[in-house]
Amino acid sequence: MAGAGPRGVRARAFGVSLWIAATAVVAFFLLPVVAIFTRVPPGELVDQLSNEVVRDALRVTLETNLVALAFILLLGTPAAYLIATRSFRGRALVLTLIELPLVLPPAVAGIGLLAAFGRTGLLGDELEALGVSVSFTRTAVMLAVAFVAGPFYVRPAIAAFESVDSTLLGAARTLGAGPGRTFVRVALPLASAGLGAGAALAFARGLGEFGATIMFAGSLQGVTQTLSLAIYQEFDLNFDAALAISALLVLVSGVLLLSVKVIAGWRSTYTSLIPFGRSPSTSS
Amino acid sequence: MALDVHLSHPLRTFALDLELSVGGQTLALVGPSGAGKTSVLRTVAGLLRPDAGRVALDGEIWLDTAARVDLPPERRRVGLVFQDYALFPHLSVRRNVAFGGRTRVDELLERLRIAELAEARPREISGGERQRVALARALARDPAVLLLDEPLSALDAFTRMQVRAELRDLLRSLALPTLVVTHDFEDAAALADLVGVLVEGRVLQIAPPSELVAAPADAFVASFTGANLLRGVASEGPAGLTAVALEAGFTAYTVDRGRGGVSVAVYPWEVSIAREEPHDSAVNHVRAPIGSLVRLGNRARVRVGPITAEVTTQSVERLGLREGDVVVASFKATGARILPPAP
Repeated sequence: MAGAGPRGVRARAFGVSLWIAATAVVAFFLLPVVAIFTRVPPGELVDQLSNEVVRDALRVTLETNLVALAFILLLGTPAAYLIATRSFRGRALVLTLIELPLVLPPAVAGIGLLAAFGRTGLLGDELEALGVSVSFTRTAVMLAVAFVAGPFYVRPAIAAFESVDSTLLGAARTLGAGPGRTFVRVALPLASAGLGAGAALAFARGLGEFGATIMFAGSLQGVTQTLSLAIYQEFDLNFDAALAISALLVLVSGVLLLSVKVIAGWRSTYTSLIPFGRSPSTSS
Repeated sequence: MALDVHLSHPLRTFALDLELSVGGQTLALVGPSGAGKTSVLRTVAGLLRPDAGRVALDGEIWLDTAARVDLPPERRRVGLVFQDYALFPHLSVRRNVAFGGRTRVDELLERLRIAELAEARPREISGGERQRVALARALARDPAVLLLDEPLSALDAFTRMQVRAELRDLLRSLALPTLVVTHDFEDAAALADLVGVLVEGRVLQIAPPSELVAAPADAFVASFTGANLLRGVASEGPAGLTAVALEAGFTAYTVDRGRGGVSVAVYPWEVSIAREEPHDSAVNHVRAPIGSLVRLGNRARVRVGPITAEVTTQSVERLGLREGDVVVASFKATGARILPPAP
């Protein structure tokens, strides 16, 4: 019986310690974010955003990230569909390889990209023959972002396609739709919530990309300097500008996180209809 | 127009091995779950490729493993209605139907009485309505062959009776080669012109439903069509009858001939119930308490010892029958059939 005696006291002490731990965790996560907004008055933050360094960084970040995201979606979606709907030898290995960039230290990713695409890298001669120089260009930023952020899209995309009832794909085929039409008209719309959430996650990760970019693309203002790199440069020169960029990124990340949550909520509307269908696989 | 199916394919514990031909009529495959019924439909539709087999519609070959012909599902003119209907949850009723083909959408919505549901999503409509949408969608494809996988099993008992009658009328009017699979003999008998009993991948008997009841090929078919099965030992009895000493503890007399270990099949509707042993033409009587009494609309199933009788609820009321009452169940020697024992 709880409430009285040493066992009751211990139970209550345990409950209290859980609350203390939870409060500490939330406060620890929240404090740095709050600090960004309290160091400088909001008006000053807005003024700093018109600073040329910030404007250049914003442009580079948007351009590189949108291209990288398009690249991830265009190649990642069909790849995820294949992995989710076919069984083939080495599938488990492929799944693991796709997760590799998730666990790789960003600096290692940067070195790896240099070693692969740099002038003296693995594909350096081939790229040179084509007249393409990758490292320390905007292309390098895009490659770095795609490499680091790609798995954040492909993993949930595989889970989203796996949770589409395979009977529905079979039904589409018997109704006269070829594999391509089945993909576009049935698999894609039914997986769209998971794909959207994955895309938002990948975009958020790409915006914050730092380590691989600075090693592979450098930090040239107006060329390869993204918002994250600009923060690093400005915090020596103009701390208020660094704070302003940080505040902007906090807002954008918050919006992306929120959209992931909202999109994930849509998912439940489609699955309830199929009581005996293949159970949705555990999604990330 | 005729659909010919020949296939052999290993399943988990046995092999599917059968040969079927369906003209412009409905063939129902019945059998216990796991007998391979759905695999037959998936093979015809092109969703399953058997180890060996041939599927042809008249001269049009859809599958011939020997000749390495295997048309993809979208190139076979089949309408497959899935067991749980497999409606596209993200499309309205109208767009579900239009997925199969755009030319006859309005006509099919009208014909299957779902026009007023055209803009609804599948999750917003009832089970019976979903079934009609699935049928309309399959027909929109203008199929040459119709395949129905357990078309009634997802429905509650009341809806099921109603949908069964509608579906039978629809199948009659379509006159397409139709293959229905179901685990329920009553559904099969109601829907189909011919019924095939499929057990462990093999067809035991194909016949019109009335013939399956009248002359079941073996004990399994008999039990599947709803007969009481009583095991016993047969020997020569009086007056040219065969006497079967039943494991259940009494002796049944039958006009069929047989010796040794046999099964006796008795249909519930050939068994009558009385308070006292009647003086009529029946020679078989079992006196026992009523084990269970279940009303099914205007009929009731009454379990007396080892035998189930089917009588009208009117008779139940007239005799004042209740569970536990000791009664006599009677059947004629001509209503008891001898079959080889159940495997």
